[in-house]
Amino acid sequence: MTRYFLSRLRLAVITILGVSLIVFVTSRMSGDVTLLLLPQDASQAEIAAMQHQLGLDAPYYVQYYKFLVNVAHGDFGESLRYREPALGLIMSRLPATLELAFSAFILSTVVGLLLGILSARMRSSWLDYFSRIFSITAQSMPSFWVGIMLILVFAVELHWLPTSGAQGVQYLVLPVVTLALVPIASTLRITRSAMLETLDADYVKFLRVKGLHEQFIVWKHALRNALVPVIAISGLTLGFLIGGTVIVESVFAWPGLGNLMVESIFTRDYPVIQAGVSVTSIFLILLNLAVDLLFGVIDPRVRFG
Amino acid sequence: MATVVIRTQTPAERPLALHWRRVRRLPWLPVILLAPVVICGIFGSLLFPHDPTTIDLLAPRKPPAWMDGGSWQYVLGTDQFGRDLLSRLMEGARVALIVAISSVFLAALIGVTAGMVAGYYGGIIDNVIMRIADVVFAIPAILLIILIGGAVGGGFLTVLSSIVIVSWVLYARVVRGETLVLRERGFVALAKVANCSDTRILLRHILPNLMPTCIVLMTLQAGFALLIEAAITFIGLGIQPPATTWGLLISEGRPYMTTAWWIPTFAGLAITITVLGTNLLGDWLQEKFDPRRQQR
Repeated sequence: MTRYFLSRLRLAVITILGVSLIVFVTSRMSGDVTLLLLPQDASQAEIAAMQHQLGLDAPYYVQYYKFLVNVAHGDFGESLRYREPALGLIMSRLPATLELAFSAFILSTVVGLLLGILSARMRSSWLDYFSRIFSITAQSMPSFWVGIMLILVFAVELHWLPTSGAQGVQYLVLPVVTLALVPIASTLRITRSAMLETLDADYVKFLRVKGLHEQFIVWKHALRNALVPVIAISGLTLGFLIGGTVIVESVFAWPGLGNLMVESIFTRDYPVIQAGVSVTSIFLILLNLAVDLLFGVIDPRVRFG
Repeated sequence: MATVVIRTQTPAERPLALHWRRVRRLPWLPVILLAPVVICGIFGSLLFPHDPTTIDLLAPRKPPAWMDGGSWQYVLGTDQFGRDLLSRLMEGARVALIVAISSVFLAALIGVTAGMVAGYYGGIIDNVIMRIADVVFAIPAILLIILIGGAVGGGFLTVLSSIVIVSWVLYARVVRGETLVLRERGFVALAKVANCSDTRILLRHILPNLMPTCIVLMTLQAGFALLIEAAITFIGLGIQPPATTWGLLISEGRPYMTTAWWIPTFAGLAITITVLGTNLLGDWLQEKFDPRRQQR
């Protein structure tokens, strides 16, 4: 167990370092900061002095090392637009994004599991066909278009729900549905095929022979095994959801991280983008590490495999 | 009489029936969904009812023909500048084809090479390639695109490289897994005995066995590429106007959606239909190549 734990931990650390390297390289690709900070008619000597002051004339590995030290202290630099630390900005927007992502996670898990189990139980029924058509269509639609269409129908035409903003539960409905659509589809597909496989297994046949009620078999015995692959992809699903919030938040003007990031593209506020990408990626790497470790505890095949 | 019966059963009808069965087994639904895109993409400029870039300021935001105020001159209506929506959608099909095909081939080239090399040689090369893949996988695709696009700005090359960067990983991972199995097979050992070089073994003996998987992945990824293109365009880093892409049509039509719902709606439908087509085709190919994995 310790060995499994350590190997996973080492992989996570390497991945985090890799992410930091990508963030560092792209930050150097984003153009010369000195030209932004200095007046346009600055002389060559002034530019050189500024570069020296910012440490930009040092070799790249020294710059990268300094960057790592700063990041480890939570210093991603200052937002060019808001004039405050980028990390603080990101952290202040994080709760709204997590609210959206976790609501969508709960919705997609519940609905996906339910539809998946039911369509496996009632194979080739109208519900099964509906689920299959739904899951393949949901995975074929651009998420921001879905958001726009939902606004058109439920906000503009029917006036049932607000178009955008975040002042109450009713504001949560459309963004969460938009965001959850794809994960519902993938959870549904995985649950359905896992359930079909389980319901064919010998131990389930034995339970039937034993005379147990079919409902009891499905919800008590088969469900446990069908849950395994769903939990296995839960880390991936959350990653997808947190990435997806970027688009959905800016469609619905949700005051979260994603909206801030898209604004930062338009205002060329690169420190905020860097901080946002780093924070979400590290969060997701740690989350996946937790899921992996949890699996090692639950399922010995993973630990030794 | 008896001879007549026999004749109609064997030589004449049976090949036809067989033929018919073969025709019915073709993936008709995906073909029907994808045909308009491919035809418009290739022959678009010959088929346009209007020039997609001609601005008619006298007819901005005209509704589709079947609605009040619409005319058959502009079948699907016009956009905010009075440009014919149908023609712009057809022009968008061309860009969609270019984006999908070029990005898929580039990503497959990089991903399959990386995966084969990693799986075949193992050791440190494998480790390095797979750790790079882990990093790309760890950052949500859209955030990675923002990071890159934010640094270098938007445009066709940004779209292309973004799609390639986020999608080569999938090929690499899948191909590496299959190569690990293939390299233990007898024919690889025999090729080594016959003094084949590593390159020859990879290209002539392993790659052909990877083809079915690659074709399925490429089909599925072609649709995915269009979804990414739309998302990139939405966040302002995509192909810039005056070019026309479906993603751009949705983004540009969004401010007018309350008065001209047809602009974003039809553009989004075009994307959905195309992606649905590639997804269905991918599923069909997967079943065809690997009957064991047939969906139940």
